[in-house]
Amino acid sequence: MSEKDLRTIYTETMASLMARDESIVLLEADLASAITTHQMSERYQERIINCGIQEANMIGSAAGLSVVGLKPYVHSFAPFVTRRAYDQVFLSIGYAKQNVVIIGSDGGVSAEHNGGTHMPFEDIALMRAIPNSTVLEMSDAVMFKDILTQSTMFNGLTYIRIKRKAMRAIYREGTTFKIGTGKVLKEGHDAVIVATGIMLEEALNAAEICAEQGYSVAVIDMFSIKPLDHDLLKRYAKLTGHVITAENHNLVGGLHAAVCESLAGEKDIVIDGIGVDEAFGQVGLTPYLKAVYHLTAQDIANKILT
Amino acid sequence: MLNEFARNIRATTLKMLKHRTFGHLGGSMSIVETLAVLYGKQMNIDPKRPKKTSRDYFVLSKGHAGPALYATLAIKGYFDRALLKTLNDNGTTLPSHCDMHLTPGIDMTTGSLGQGFSAAVGMALGLKLKGKSNRVYVLVGDGELNEGQCYEAMMFAAHKGLDNLIVLIDDNKLQLDGPRTKISNTLSFMDVFKAFNFHVSHVDGHDTKAIDDAITHAKTLKHKPTAIVLDTVKGKGVPRFENQTSNHHMRFSEDDQRYLEHIIQTLKKVPV
Repeated sequence: MSEKDLRTIYTETMASLMARDESIVLLEADLASAITTHQMSERYQERIINCGIQEANMIGSAAGLSVVGLKPYVHSFAPFVTRRAYDQVFLSIGYAKQNVVIIGSDGGVSAEHNGGTHMPFEDIALMRAIPNSTVLEMSDAVMFKDILTQSTMFNGLTYIRIKRKAMRAIYREGTTFKIGTGKVLKEGHDAVIVATGIMLEEALNAAEICAEQGYSVAVIDMFSIKPLDHDLLKRYAKLTGHVITAENHNLVGGLHAAVCESLAGEKDIVIDGIGVDEAFGQVGLTPYLKAVYHLTAQDIANKILT
Repeated sequence: MLNEFARNIRATTLKMLKHRTFGHLGGSMSIVETLAVLYGKQMNIDPKRPKKTSRDYFVLSKGHAGPALYATLAIKGYFDRALLKTLNDNGTTLPSHCDMHLTPGIDMTTGSLGQGFSAAVGMALGLKLKGKSNRVYVLVGDGELNEGQCYEAMMFAAHKGLDNLIVLIDDNKLQLDGPRTKISNTLSFMDVFKAFNFHVSHVDGHDTKAIDDAITHAKTLKHKPTAIVLDTVKGKGVPRFENQTSNHHMRFSEDDQRYLEHIIQTLKKVPV
């Protein structure tokens, strides 16, 4: 189990990958210290490229670096590498079929005191809408390390949403993950909660609340939002007849939408969604914001119990 | 020889546009001489091996001028000239804006203005990181320099000292809706690029020798990227349409088509 900051995982893992693979370059837009890659800027003076506060050019430059055969990793706060530079991501990387990994940090309420301007509830929706993109939300430090290690072989556009600080440890050290494959964290037959990121702990707590009332609830970590594990989803949807999605994101276009799209046409399945509903962000600590946006374990449990 | 190549590019481009009966005439005509110099002399290219990694790269950031570049590439032998008739056809490999995955010889997908500039900067930086000596040429429009992303790219390229990057500015003075000085005055590009710490020069963008000399000189310059401002005429070589606000994207009447054919024939008759 690891409760390391995910930003530390990023810096440590990329340092070790960069030592083995000279084609890896990291791009920052004046937030290197926020993700801690500045700590290795002396070691990799040329390959950690701080572009300054210019996300559009950072994304475009990353595309150009990919054209000449390098492997660019781009980081900034999630709204700045998605919403702010969307046309650049869409065209210069997506449409131009370049190989770039984009790390969006502190999506949703994880932006906490940075507030509404820095709190994207739509980054996953935007990235999902780009043809052939891969969209992942990290569940904990163990997963992030494994996905980063795999990512040097990824093709096309990959968006990885992380929380910079420590997350509740979900997985044992050494656990491996496969893109397009969900992880069943808990078995159950009355309902299934499909969750990602910081909503996993709410999902697990909700399953406990429901268990006290005599309900058997399964929990799936659907960290690979695109491609989605359709088979696993369908199996648990049929087994339980009730799917509750839980995401730290707008209900429009994110996990809920992906699950609804996947299960469209299936008979006798109820799908409920826990997520942000027609709202912008605001300042606050995560527990407060989870309560404000109805993202708590009790909110999830209520969908099952009532 | 470069002038002959330029005439050939101009005639071939007009033939494509006439055949299609519509297209981006103005901005294609203003870059013809620059393309002739780049592909006729200055760039290290191999039309039979368009992906050769030691090649110089060219990014047409004003991607709507694709037809002029397609004509150039076809003449150089990157692909069969017969393909030129398929410009903008359903399922074509020659779309109005450049696509690196459809057309041999296209080094970057462009069309959304400003983005090719950044991609070129990334390429130049990447080549430097790899210790390679290839150059990257990027052609941007004067209207395109309305885009804020261009100024990010300029700041970044100069900061990184990318002396393997040559930025060519097609200053044809017109953008889609009218004169650039009236729509969004981008001021003197010489002053602007100089302020961003570029080597700068200014040439007649329809004088192949002047362009050639400017690029030859740029290749000797170190520590900074170079900007060459090309003083051009939008619609150059097609007198009826030169400097017309309406010439950005045109539909050609039957009379226009007869006129274009006349221009094409005249270009073919000019003695070498």
